[in-house]
Order: sequence, then structure tokens, then C-alpha cells
Amino acid sequence: MSIGSTPLRFRVTIDPDRCMNCGRCIENCSYGVYRKEGDSIRINSRNCVACHRCLAFCPRDAIEIEEKPGDYRSHPVWTREIREAVFNQAKTGRIISGGMGNALPWPIIFDRLVLDACQVTNPSIDPLREPMELRTYIGKKPSSLSIRERPGKDVELLTKLTPNLQIETPIMIGHMSYGAISLPAQQAMARAVHRIGTFMGTGEGGLHQSLYPYQKNMIVQVASGRFGVDIDYLERGAAIEIKIGQGAKPGIGGHLPGEKVCADVACTRMIPEGSDAISPAPHHDIYSIEDLKQLVHGLKEATEWKKPVFVKIAAVHNTAAIAAGIARSGADAVVIDGFRGGTGSAPVVFRDHVGIPIEAAVASVDAKLRSQGIRNEVSIIASGGIRQSADVAKIICLGADAVYIGTSALVAMGCRVCGTCNRGMCAWGIATQKPELTKRLDPETNAVQVENLIHGWTLELGELMGAAGINSIESLRGNRDRLRGYMLDEGLLNVLDVKTVGA
Amino acid sequence: MKTLTIDAKDIHYTPLNQQIRAAIADGAKEITLNNVLGQRFIGDGLRGDDVTITVNGVPGGDLGMFMSGPTLIVHGNADHAPGNTMDKGRVIIHGSAGDAVAHSMRGGRVYVRDNIGYRGGIHMKKYLEKRPILVVGGSARAFLGESMAGGLVIVLGLGGVPPIAEQGVGSGIHGGEIFVRGPVDNLCLGNGTKQAPVTEEERAMIRPIIEDFAQSFGIDSTPLLAAEYTRIAAVSARPFANKYTLE
Repeated sequence: MSIGSTPLRFRVTIDPDRCMNCGRCIENCSYGVYRKEGDSIRINSRNCVACHRCLAFCPRDAIEIEEKPGDYRSHPVWTREIREAVFNQAKTGRIISGGMGNALPWPIIFDRLVLDACQVTNPSIDPLREPMELRTYIGKKPSSLSIRERPGKDVELLTKLTPNLQIETPIMIGHMSYGAISLPAQQAMARAVHRIGTFMGTGEGGLHQSLYPYQKNMIVQVASGRFGVDIDYLERGAAIEIKIGQGAKPGIGGHLPGEKVCADVACTRMIPEGSDAISPAPHHDIYSIEDLKQLVHGLKEATEWKKPVFVKIAAVHNTAAIAAGIARSGADAVVIDGFRGGTGSAPVVFRDHVGIPIEAAVASVDAKLRSQGIRNEVSIIASGGIRQSADVAKIICLGADAVYIGTSALVAMGCRVCGTCNRGMCAWGIATQKPELTKRLDPETNAVQVENLIHGWTLELGELMGAAGINSIESLRGNRDRLRGYMLDEGLLNVLDVKTVGA
Repeated sequence: MKTLTIDAKDIHYTPLNQQIRAAIADGAKEITLNNVLGQRFIGDGLRGDDVTITVNGVPGGDLGMFMSGPTLIVHGNADHAPGNTMDKGRVIIHGSAGDAVAHSMRGGRVYVRDNIGYRGGIHMKKYLEKRPILVVGGSARAFLGESMAGGLVIVLGLGGVPPIAEQGVGSGIHGGEIFVRGPVDNLCLGNGTKQAPVTEEERAMIRPIIEDFAQSFGIDSTPLLAAEYTRIAAVSARPFANKYTLE
């Protein structure tokens, strides 16, 4: 007996009283939900992924999308998702792949942390009236300074400083490669970070020629496939990031399927058109911390010690010890990608089950580095699951220097978090290489949206700091006294080094 | 021709590379490094198509890493990963080299007169006219050409050593080709590989490369050109094509 059909995930309906038969839904849906038959629009709800492209462009609000219109018998153990995964694998015998980030309802630590504010005994600061220092420097800081007095009142700095990145807000955009996302999406974000005075990552897909004007705001990535990496690429970036792991799929490599390797992606990655781009799980020249040091130094030597080198790891059980190793490798920043980090495509079993939350990872890394007296050796960049300015403030209190956002920047460009980035059919033109879809993005319009988002968060961050009587991001960093845990267990409070509410 | 000799004794790799860069900027075409002893990253990220650097001694790891143009001639052995992510140019080693030789190399040539360690030619890749070539005179250890995405590896087995005697050759290969002088035991082949005797066309393709290799080391190429070769390549260019199902 075959398994047969499973219940619809979404049911799409068009209100006939409102529909004017304009056909915009047919044009906009890249998943084939709508078709014209005679004078009427027919619907195949089974193809719907709830990306809302049709809904967003329906001029009459005639479309309704209902999630799980018909469900299974409810069961707390055998959830719908579990049952459908079994059906899927019973039919195919394959690994299930999905897009976006972790889709399991794990508790969110951010939402169990509250921020502090001044009352009576210490005055809060009005950011409208007084300057709020949000400028952040990413990179090594000297453990001490050696100064010589010059004749007169001037002094000379004898300590040789290491190059740092100067960012005007502690919010950067993480690495989403050309291939995983479209070129207009990268172009929009590049314009945004350029105007704001922050940075974005290239991902492991090389740097497209059209992004060269923004290269001073780009962090170029070197991952295990070494795609798009040559000396020109390394010299173009403001910083270089070695990608060891990704929060959405710790411990495994990446495979960009040949379908997504169009001529332009091929050129940027420097691989033949239509070929699979396979990034191995490890870097095959890095099997130890000593080998990592070798690559960090190799990259610095190639670029004549002018650029900071970051190392990105997925947040896993022993992240603190690993980060301590990275801090001794000569790297200038460690990027920690939590288990909620997004992806263009990952095995669902990894996306949902492997790794730890960014909040615990950052707190433990910060504590470990401080306990070893090497916190100044690296900046900490938190990535994976940063959804709002409150998350930025909280993770900085837990010890981060800055954050990478990913999904939120895509949402700013229209993404509805439908989670089908892996299918390459993104109706919003973001996670696709199909020219008829990518042209839906306008780099300028979308740049403004991304810029607005980061600007709004930056304003909120200033307000939160002012309310807490803090006027510099330096005073917020690692300032756990500004956090309290609400309904967190004692073990986790200890890891976060945060007191409970009321204490 | 502007030439320069640098005594590398007790010099750290950064000032050594700085001296090389300064010499090239100053128009030097032939640079000789004497007393090299373990300095890593020699020629790292270096440009200069008409520059030849002779290394007398034993360089450290990642020789010619990210290099784009120059020729490096080593009179001695090399450590791990010479030609790592190299883009253009040549690395000619009169001796043996360590693990991961030509790692992720994307263009140019690496010639090793004697033997190489594990994972030689790993993840080499090709794009348009950029086609990396690794030729090994002696033997290669396990996992030669692992994850190879493009390019060419040739192992000659000179000096009475078997060119390949260990497992995992071409494991995960999805592009490029490996030529081995003589027959190859199937037990040595990694997952997803297949072997076949060379065709006349392939023989003609590798001929000038073998001649060039032999000439570089003053070896008689006649027996090498007359020998039989085995070609190892990927069963599929899409090894992951049937691995996934959509959520």
C-alpha cells in the first residue's frame, strides 16, 4: 500500500467577491500555485509554501492562506513534522534538506533575559541630548601600551597596534554567499553597509565584480572549498574570515548544487558552470589549532599584515575552549554562530538538532577568555538568531563586541521566512539564481530597507543604553549586571553569569 | 637581468618575504635565497610572472601559498602544502614534500621530483584556462586527489617505488583526473572513482607535461613516455545529486 497524500500544509483561497481577475498572483507565484483556466484562476494549494508573494501583491486583499487546514490526530510525541519526515524518508531513503534556521520550538534564552534601566538613584541619559558612543572597533587590543614623552606635551605611542575594523554601530551583516542568495540581494546589502559605515560578509562565493565599489565594507570569506579565493580577492576585502563552521550545520560542509551555478556564479566562485560546488567538512589544511594558526598567518602574510583575520565557528559544546585556542592562533576576532543561524540549505537533522544557543556560547567564551587573560586578543562577534535590537543589547551584555545579522536583513528585503531557500525558487528574488526572479529585487530600494532596519536598531540600542545610564557601548559590553534572568534555571544562570530577576 | 641573493639564515619569514617583495618591486627577476631553514609562507600571495626564486635549503609549510605568477625552485625538501590555493606560477621541488601538496590549487604547476605525503592534490579545481597540474616523480601516500574538483595529477613512481600503494585515491573526486604510471590496485581507489587505461588522446595530452617535468629535473623522459598509464576519475560529477530530499 502506498503512503498516499498527506494533509495540505497550506490552503490558499481567493475571495471571488474581492478578486478582479488581474492575474498578479499567477505572475508572482514561482511555485506554481495559480493557473488561469478560461476566465477563472485555479489554485493548487499543495504547491504553496506560504512565501506570501501573491498576498503581498494582490491589489484587492482577495487571497487568504491558512496553515494546516486539515491536521493529523494530535499527538504530543508523534507531531505532524515527525510523521511527515518518516513518510518522506520512507519514500526516498534520503537525507532531508531544508532552508532557513532551526525550526524546532526550543526555548529562546533572549526572551528569558530582561534589561535594566535607571530609576531615581542614577540618572538615565537622553540620547537626543547627549552623544551615544556606538562606534566599535573589531580586532586585537594591546594588553598594555608603551608611551614615550616627546618634547613639549606630546607623546609617542611605541606599541605597535594591530589593524582593527571601525564600525559605526555594533551591527554587521553576516556571510551569505552569491549562490546561496542572489546578486541583487548582495548588492542591496552592500550599499546599505557602505552608507551606514558597517560591514558585510561575502560568504564562500567570491566577490562579484559589481561589488568592488563596496569592497572596503566587505569581509571576504575563505572556507574549506576555497571558492573564489585568490590574492586579488584577499586584498580587496577589509578583513578576511576563515569559516570553520556554520550554526545551521555544524561539522559538515556545504554543497551548492550545479543548478544554482549559473555563468555569473561560476565566474565569481571560479568553478565550471553547472558543476556542484562542494565545500568539504574540514579545511584539509586545518586539522588542529596549530594548523589554524598556520592559515591565519598565511592569510596575514599574503596581505602583508594589513587586514584583520576572523575565524568563524559554529556554537557547539566546547566552544569556549575552542575559542580560547582561536584567540591564541593570531586571529583578530572569533565569530560564533549559534544553533539558530540561517542557511541556504542544510540537512534538517543538523539544522534543528546540532549546536547550542548563541547566548550561552557567547557568555561562556567571554568568561573563558577573561579567565585566561586573553579577552583583548580577539573580538567576539555573535551570530545566529539575532532578531531585534533587544537581542543585540543582551548579547553585548553577555560579552559580544558586535553581531552579525542574516535572516533579519533578508526579511528587511521582503523574505517571509517560508524556509524553502534550498529550492532555489524564492519568489522574492533573494534565495534564487533564476533571472526572472532575481530581477524582482531592486538593489536601491532594498538597500534603503536594510539601511532603515539597521538604523532603527541602532537608535533603539542608543535608547536602551541611555535608559540604563550608559553612554558608550564599551560600558555595556560584558556588563551582566544590566541583565537579569527570568525563569531561567540555576545552571544556565551560572553559565550566563547573570542573576535572577529580583536578585 | 636584475638578480639578487638573500641570505635567509636566522631571518623570520615576514622580513624574508618583505625583502623578496621589495626586490621584485625594484625590478629583480632572479632571486636566490640561501640558507633557508623552515621559513614558512615563502612567496605567499606573491605576484610577478617573470620572476624566478631559487630556494636553497628546506622551506617550511605553505610554500607559494596564494601565489600568482612567480616560479619557485627548491633545492631541498619542502614541508606540507606547497602550492596551497596557488593561482598561477610554478613550484619545482628537487626533493620530497609533505602532506596536502597543491591543496585547493587553482592554477599553475607543482612538480615534486621525489615523493609526497598524504592527501596530495586535495580539492584542486579548474576554471576556464586555469588548470592546476601536480606531477610527482616518486610516490604519493593515501588519499591522493581527495575531493578533487578539477585539474590534473600525475604520479610516476620513479626510483623503484610504487607510485601508489595506499587507499583512498580520489575519494570524493567530482572533477579532474589522476594519471598513475602502471596498473593501480582497485583496493587503492576511494569511493566514487573509476579507473581505465589511458587512451591515445589522453597520452598525447600528458606527454608535453611529462616532458616538461623530466626536463625540469634533467631526467630522461623516454621510458616515461613509453610506459603504460592508468587514468583515475570520478564516476559522477554530481556525487551528491541523489543524497537529499526536500523538507
